[in-house]
Amino acid sequence: MEAFVKPGEKNRLKERPERPAKEELQPRVVTTPDGQEITVEPLKDYYCEAPPKVHPPAYFKIVEDLFNWARAESIWILGFGTGCGAIEMRPLMTPRFDAYRYGIQWRPTPRQANLFVISGYLSVKTLKRAIRSYEQMQNPKYVVGLGSCTINGGMYWDSYNTIKRLDRYLPVDLYITGCMPRPEALLAGFLELKKIIKAGKGEGANRYAENFAWYKANQKQVIHDWDMPDYSW
Amino acid sequence: MKDLIDRLGTLFTLGDITEKRDDLAFVSVAPDLLRAVITHLRDVEGFSHLVLLTAVDWIEGGRFQLTYLVNNRTKACDIGLRVFIDREEATMAGIHDLWPTAATYQRELKEMFGIDFPGSPRIDEEFILEGWTDIPPYRRDFDTKKYAEETYFHRPGRETFDPATHMKDKLYPGEAS
Ligand code: SF4
Repeated sequence: MEAFVKPGEKNRLKERPERPAKEELQPRVVTTPDGQEITVEPLKDYYCEAPPKVHPPAYFKIVEDLFNWARAESIWILGFGTGCGAIEMRPLMTPRFDAYRYGIQWRPTPRQANLFVISGYLSVKTLKRAIRSYEQMQNPKYVVGLGSCTINGGMYWDSYNTIKRLDRYLPVDLYITGCMPRPEALLAGFLELKKIIKAGKGEGANRYAENFAWYKANQKQVIHDWDMPDYSW
Repeated sequence: MKDLIDRLGTLFTLGDITEKRDDLAFVSVAPDLLRAVITHLRDVEGFSHLVLLTAVDWIEGGRFQLTYLVNNRTKACDIGLRVFIDREEATMAGIHDLWPTAATYQRELKEMFGIDFPGSPRIDEEFILEGWTDIPPYRRDFDTKKYAEETYFHRPGRETFDPATHMKDKLYPGEAS
């Protein structure tokens, strides 16, 4: 994996105008049933605004190692097929490859998952949902980029609506190459991810918290109608 | 198909006619005639299904081509109506009142080509793109590569080879110029 680029690096991308928030998100005065007038600010009042926090490791290394072993052996994938690579997840679940024997299983909601597999091309529209879902996952959480689209844009390298480098928008722990990768490649990738986690290097969530401003700036660079709070857990 | 086109020809002024197969033909009609022709096809000739509505940007000629493909299920044949409209003032009468499904096509054409269909339901709402600020991306003067370069991050190291010269280099290293 490429070294993480620190904030403040040169940005050669074009500045884009900010768009005003949608009408339903703007602060407004509403009348309650008993006639009282109150001001609501949807983005402030309906969501928690607190930015993500860095979770320090346990005080004793041996305890943290135990935690990491447990985390590595219970990989719960968020069932959100973002691109064509998601098709390879089905055979993985079925008896032929049976990923469950490795402690890998699929979950229906971000709250129950700790691994987000971005399975290929990510359009700007989907990126927005992916960010929301990622932020709703519990710490510690991991991101695997599947297929060349997540690495450099793949065959959508000149597309107007798909991002090219996933690691600029979400902290990626591991990439699996291919277009699309076979289930065996996914299994190998998951085993590699286990090694990363056991070595205590699966720190994507903390990296996200530490470089929050940089990630947000990148995300807002492409998502023009930012109609969500900055951190939407 | 021949009879059908002859019958249409007696009722309306038709433009170019291309018969692709026994069960598929394309006919050009003037924009202001389209609704009449398509209503006739639906109500009299039994074309019950709007297969698609799509556009082509003929930038050299300064016009858009709209193609309305309709299908007659009982006779198993299709006819495509071609309409050319001005590229600068890209506006066309909608057919969403004849086929409700057309509204979705019209919304897409508004977003991707900037062709307006006044009065079509939700025509000004975003369809696929969210927060798009540039010119409609399917217009041919939109430079998608340039846009991608200015908008998204590149990973250094990706190289592109012209297949012809690359293979020549590999196979006949001495001869390649
Ligand atoms: S890498 Fe290939 S298979 Fe995967 S999403 Fe991109 S185009 Fe599809």
